[in-house]
Amino acid sequence: MLSRTADNLYWLARYMERADFLARVIQASRRLASLPKAYGGAESEWESVLLSAGSATAFAQTNRPLDEANVIEFLAFAPDNPGSIRNCIELARTNARAVRTALTIDMWEAINGGFLEMQAIERARGAKTGEDLTRFLDFVKQVSLVYDGGAYRTMLRDDAYWFSRVGLFIERADNTARLLDVKYQLLLPEKEVVGGTLDYFQWTAILRAVSAHTAYHWVYRQSLKPWLVADLLILRPEMPRSLTSCYESVVRYLDRLATTHGRQGQAQRHARAIYGNLENMSMEALFQGGLHEFIGRFITDNAQLGTLVSEQYLF
Amino acid sequence: MHRGAATLELNGAQFDEMSGTTGATRPPYEKLAQWLAKTPLDFLSSRRAQAELLFRRIGITFAVYGTQESTERLIPFDILPRIIARAEWIQLEKGLIQRVRALNLFLADLYGAGEIMKAGVVPSELIYRNPGYRPEMAGWRVPHNVYVQIAGIDIVRTNDGFYVLEDNARTPSGVSYMLENREVMMRLFPDLFAMHKVAPIENYPDRLLATLRSVAPPSASQDPEIVLLTPGQYNSAFYEHSFLADKLGVQLVEGRDLFVRDDMVYMRTTKGPQRVDVIYRRIDDEFLDPLAFRPDSALGVAGLMGAYNAGNVTLANAVGAGVADDKAIYTYIPDAVRFYLGEEPLLQNVPTWRCREKDALGYVLDHLPELVVKEVNGSGGYGMLVGPHATRAELDEFSRKLAERPDNFIAQPTLALSTCPISVAEGIAPRHVDLRPFVLQGAKDICVVPGGLTRVAMTEKSLIVNSSQGGGTKDTWVIDDVPA
Repeated sequence: MLSRTADNLYWLARYMERADFLARVIQASRRLASLPKAYGGAESEWESVLLSAGSATAFAQTNRPLDEANVIEFLAFAPDNPGSIRNCIELARTNARAVRTALTIDMWEAINGGFLEMQAIERARGAKTGEDLTRFLDFVKQVSLVYDGGAYRTMLRDDAYWFSRVGLFIERADNTARLLDVKYQLLLPEKEVVGGTLDYFQWTAILRAVSAHTAYHWVYRQSLKPWLVADLLILRPEMPRSLTSCYESVVRYLDRLATTHGRQGQAQRHARAIYGNLENMSMEALFQGGLHEFIGRFITDNAQLGTLVSEQYLF
Repeated sequence: MHRGAATLELNGAQFDEMSGTTGATRPPYEKLAQWLAKTPLDFLSSRRAQAELLFRRIGITFAVYGTQESTERLIPFDILPRIIARAEWIQLEKGLIQRVRALNLFLADLYGAGEIMKAGVVPSELIYRNPGYRPEMAGWRVPHNVYVQIAGIDIVRTNDGFYVLEDNARTPSGVSYMLENREVMMRLFPDLFAMHKVAPIENYPDRLLATLRSVAPPSASQDPEIVLLTPGQYNSAFYEHSFLADKLGVQLVEGRDLFVRDDMVYMRTTKGPQRVDVIYRRIDDEFLDPLAFRPDSALGVAGLMGAYNAGNVTLANAVGAGVADDKAIYTYIPDAVRFYLGEEPLLQNVPTWRCREKDALGYVLDHLPELVVKEVNGSGGYGMLVGPHATRAELDEFSRKLAERPDNFIAQPTLALSTCPISVAEGIAPRHVDLRPFVLQGAKDICVVPGGLTRVAMTEKSLIVNSSQGGGTKDTWVIDDVPA
């Protein structure tokens, strides 16, 4: 297939995934910010959100005061933030239009319909109330679900599908890792305290941001423990947003690409190295070597994979 | 008449949660009042409609027995929160914890040495002849000596404070409404939450899980297997059972999914039999084990009581805990607090006439039109008489019933139950409310999540808040930084 087409599919998937992640993080943080201080509600939460979204520098350049309203506006709607949800959706659509023929009707309609509705929402948004935001975030999650379901159910299992999946899982791994990077101090083992405290609601906010609040109890069958939250999001293969699970998929789809292209390259080797490292890792070793350092390394490695994929397939 | 009750004036001015007795907005409600003042009526109606849609989509339904309508009905939900200031809550919480501690000690004593009866504080025939008393439980200790792991204490408020109306130690329900009401409210009114700083309750399932794990039998593994036992999807509270099992991450089992071999309980799984250590049971005692109780019960597990007696499984709540729900025994709980804890009860009972006592019966028969008469082991608002709202024929019928079986009844003054504003088509109107906080007692820890389930009588002037009688619910907020 054309390199350009592969590039579009890859980025389309990344933008849709990022929009979904941003919507979930904003929802979880709003919830946390509305709690009394004793339960973890604090304005500083919004700085963490900017950091997990990778938009802290861009926000600082706008010189806007760092508060809930400004951060949400910046992350959800701002046209001048290249990583805002509205821009992710617009960019996803731009990419989708360019490769319209490589998409199925269901996928195209999900993206295009979502984009049109987003414009309507933007026009109708007069008062900017909290409810408008709730509706908007629900809408974003919905669009992303429909797009993802459309891709899964209707796309041919060929290069186009694999490139788009590789994009999705690299983005998802990046999002999970950034979330952990910002909150890692909360997840260290010495932090055990009983439920109901400040940290407890921070952990549930992390779980909510990756829609794993109920899943946690099904996996561990016990109360929230910070190191288990870390375990769930890093090592657990059954958790669809864990780093391990993402890399299992990245490796699988890169292998398919290698087979059809007749050669394994740097990208495959690099992805397998990351996956192997995750597979052989234990939480004990991870905490011993430093959670923060581990996540930092992962973010770099994951970004490196993105570059290698681009180079290898000449985007 | 019950001690101290004569000094209580319960029929005084009506207390409204929002406007007290004076009509001036109470501090906890100030922000809500300001918000209501500038919110148009059609906005509230649209939110009422939206709330109903959300509840339907989530699937929170309730089956009402004895009606011809569809078996799945929504519990009416009111969109205005009931608000409690943290300072008020802290007092209430202390009283609740004290009461549930005493309830557990009381039950351990009833099925153990019986000290409270030997001391003459509680008449023994009231206990031993009580239908809720389980002789099968006498003479042995349940794991960790905890009988009531999950308690729902019904609280009412009048113009002179909070009173306990009822203890629910059997299988208190309603906590799923408490949790889902909050979720729906957060979706409907994010701006109200942003301005109020409401204490969260989302940790309830986590605390419940910790509670259930802590009471596993000492022989259980480090990672005890917990299940939730439901009568099945035709039970009125099935939604709650499935909701809680999901939040806890435990299997939702029916009686047929379990079996007992060599006094151990197993569940049937695709990987073969799996040991069960703790059963959070939402089935009444009589149906738990056809070998021990009702032989016609198809809901229970044959041999379960044997496994329980052998100490191989924990039931939450314990078999026989329901004796504490009896409304005649209720009148002795403040005495039980003094007897076991040596403390004065922080929460008072509603003054109650025990009709089994001759003088009390005489008073009740003379003042029937002013009183509320309840069956001692009734629940759900069935079989009660609300004197001021009763017809002549109903009053006559109850006089006859009282004379025939006085020990089957208690009577209470018609309380000036507090009201709280609800949203109706014409605007805002006061309706009577009560409050059911949920108290969790584990092997060591005891806790209450802030708030509870506020039940509201949706019909004007009605005092009956039970969902089986058309009552509704409200979200309950404990908020910081305001004087009570």
